[in-house]
Amino acid sequence: MFIKPLFKKTAFKKTAFRKAVQTLLLGSLLSCTISQSLAEELNVYSGRQEALIKPLLDKFTEQTGVKVNLVTGKGDALISRLQSEGALTPADLIIMADAGRLTRANELGLLQSIESDVVKKRVPEAFAADNYNWIALTKRARPIMYLKGAIDPGEIDSLSDLGDDKYQSEICIRSSSNIYNQSMVASLILLQGEEKTLDWAKDLVENFARTPKGGDRDQIKALVAGECKLAVANTYYLGGMLDSPDEETRQIAQQVGVIWPDQDSTGVHINVSGAGITKYAQNKDNAQSLLRFMLEEQSQQWYAEINHEYPVIDGVKWSDELLSFGEFKAQEVDLEKMGELNGDALKLMDKAGWR
Amino acid sequence: MKATNWLTGTSLSITAVLVMPLCIVAFSLFSIDTQLWSHLLNTVFAEYVTNSLILAISVGLGSIVIGSYLAYIMVNYRFIGHRVLSWLILLPLAMPAYIIAYTYTGLLDFTGPVQSTLRQLFSLERGEYWFWDVRSLSGAIIMMILVFYPYVYILARTAFSEQSSSFEQVSALAKRTRWQHIRQVALPLARPAILTGASLAMMEALADYGTVAYFGVSTFSTGIFRTWFGMGDIQGAAQLSTVLCMFVLVLLVIEKRSRKDAQQYQTSLNKKLRAKKTSGVKGIVLCLLCLLPVLFGFVIPFTQLLIWSINYADIGDWPAFFDVVKNSFTLALMGAVIIVIIALIVSYAKRMQLNKIRTHNGLSDKFSPKSVSASERILSLGYALPGIVIAVGVLILSGWFDQNINRLTMTWFDYRPGLILSGGLGALLIAYSIRFVSVALQNTETGMARIPNKVDNAALSLQGSAWTMLRRIHIPMLSGSLISASLLVFVDILKELPATLVLRPFNFNTLAVRAFELASDERLIDAALPAISIVLVGLIPVILLTRQLNKLSA
Repeated sequence: MFIKPLFKKTAFKKTAFRKAVQTLLLGSLLSCTISQSLAEELNVYSGRQEALIKPLLDKFTEQTGVKVNLVTGKGDALISRLQSEGALTPADLIIMADAGRLTRANELGLLQSIESDVVKKRVPEAFAADNYNWIALTKRARPIMYLKGAIDPGEIDSLSDLGDDKYQSEICIRSSSNIYNQSMVASLILLQGEEKTLDWAKDLVENFARTPKGGDRDQIKALVAGECKLAVANTYYLGGMLDSPDEETRQIAQQVGVIWPDQDSTGVHINVSGAGITKYAQNKDNAQSLLRFMLEEQSQQWYAEINHEYPVIDGVKWSDELLSFGEFKAQEVDLEKMGELNGDALKLMDKAGWR
Repeated sequence: MKATNWLTGTSLSITAVLVMPLCIVAFSLFSIDTQLWSHLLNTVFAEYVTNSLILAISVGLGSIVIGSYLAYIMVNYRFIGHRVLSWLILLPLAMPAYIIAYTYTGLLDFTGPVQSTLRQLFSLERGEYWFWDVRSLSGAIIMMILVFYPYVYILARTAFSEQSSSFEQVSALAKRTRWQHIRQVALPLARPAILTGASLAMMEALADYGTVAYFGVSTFSTGIFRTWFGMGDIQGAAQLSTVLCMFVLVLLVIEKRSRKDAQQYQTSLNKKLRAKKTSGVKGIVLCLLCLLPVLFGFVIPFTQLLIWSINYADIGDWPAFFDVVKNSFTLALMGAVIIVIIALIVSYAKRMQLNKIRTHNGLSDKFSPKSVSASERILSLGYALPGIVIAVGVLILSGWFDQNINRLTMTWFDYRPGLILSGGLGALLIAYSIRFVSVALQNTETGMARIPNKVDNAALSLQGSAWTMLRRIHIPMLSGSLISASLLVFVDILKELPATLVLRPFNFNTLAVRAFELASDERLIDAALPAISIVLVGLIPVILLTRQLNKLSA
């Protein structure tokens, strides 16, 4: 019995009491997180799915011997969790699937500056927060896609062409609840102002082939099924479909072409996935070494070849699928500002009737 | 009567703990952002309200129709395949709504096999024919009816099987036809049970996020997610949740009302109904009628998932997969035990309080103690809230608790225990309790109502204490309800997703998390294996439940 010593005056010691308190608290409340800076660990909250990062984390563990503990979930929910845990949080690193979430975590004061020269040298300033509180790990582009043969890709120069009357009931795009559309519209607000973006969004909604439903892959499938002629989707979905184990999926993807819009002007919309070290990280060194690891050429190549995302550092080989889509000019907007405009973008889409 | 006070105290404090996270959500009402609300009211609010109402009411009605006709036929007739059907009918319970939605989309969508075949057969092009769009409000309604009807069925079946055969004889003497008997006697008697089941189905429908989000239907729950995730406005999201809560309160009040004037106790002396043997065409028709919901709610989607898993599943990592199954199973088991104990305490406290008031004041049967029954109603609210809303309440609360405990131990003993509730199974189990205690309560309540008061009076007159009475009389008499309560909660936890996702500890995956991560990335085919595992693990309790039900009506 742990409590017994309490009643023997001679045996009363602070440590015993501590132990008793600890046992009582931990035991009775069914806790199972005693992850207090045990040697060589790293605790990660990830808004990206396990399948998309676990292989890389495993490689990191193999290389360094640092055990990586992982919780995946919805980005915002994990941010709330981090917030409510405050200074006691076990999390050392957060990984998020978009700039908006990273910005939000930073605005809430949950992150600290990444003080690693290697990291700063590898990640261009445009792909990090001003104070390097978060950095991008990969880039994803959101171009227009079309059914080969159904449309002449030369017809379309710009995202704004999708609002044209001639594409009435021909556009497939997913719901405005999705972060990719939110950040795309946010970038448009930054580039061309709210008024013009709202007009465009209204025109676009009138051209919808159906009420937005499903995800990006779904829009690509609808294209091939003839439900619409043009779709907007992230490239890595198409890439993933092209090397799917399912024959039918591959066939669908092969019929789809990519149009890079706004190449003579602002460039195609891109977003990033990225990471930041938490303010109260207890394994800061390990967190930094994971970031360095993820920025190594090999890891970046893994992203480019397996996940079909664009590497954030230059000189990394792309997958054949990515190469087949061609090179492109990307938007140059301030990712932090874009993240801040997320809510405005959603309200704008509400007004345009984009569900 | 000390035990009664003690019981009431326990019951109220459990309620307090479980209600606190909801209060945190409700506190948001004190700081209303007028700009946000004028935006919501001008654009999407009306849509949220109408869609949610249509969804909940239609799912409720649909479940009532299907659940009660199935229950009536199964109790009153014996026909070809009756035994097999009694096992099959509950199976859709093991199927999460979002999984069935994904599966039917795969089957019935424009790109799916059904429409493609039709197009090929009749050489049609897009736009040349009409086909029902699964991914619509009506689709969501049908998906949910298909998996939620068992809630009505379970309760209605028990209610019908307890109806005494003397009722039927009286009806026959009064020259009522079968239909008249059903309409005028059988259904009204079973009404409380049916409505309770329907209210569970409706609450599930309101809380659902996965299905409506995938189908592109704007409801309260998608609205809550949009406001929180899209606009980063957690206050606004909490306010929307509170509005949703009010909807549910109204629903619960209506349900309670309808139960109020229907408190009949049945004694075991009544003669049980004897089922009619039916053969020939009529038997086949009955069999088909009962088969239909199972076919669409289970057989078809299950087969599709099976085909996908067999053809494409990546069978690389069995030990890891087994781990996930084990996690899901233990978590669901722990949750079920805790929640059923809570429900038992709350219902028993209410009963004891009632007894006390009756013996002291001689009040009528209809009187129900305000405090306990109010706490019961508030506890029921959690069922209709999207899991993520509850998760946030629990997060904030457990974070606050942990910070303060640490502050205390720091000042007193110069020691920091770190996180205790947050990030452990504790927070997750609290969240489950809030979300699912209502399911268990419905069962213990209806169970308690079936035990006549005179049993208590007899026990009390023998100087039995409240605890002995609970142990020796109520628990044995309630065993059926307790088992079905724990099984239902077990299945529900197994399927639960959003709260698990946010609150789980490090490196802790469940089947639902696995299935969802893959399915949300539209890798439905890869998701088929975890999805079918949820269904298979869920089948165990469903089979036990069926045995329980069969025993009752045997």
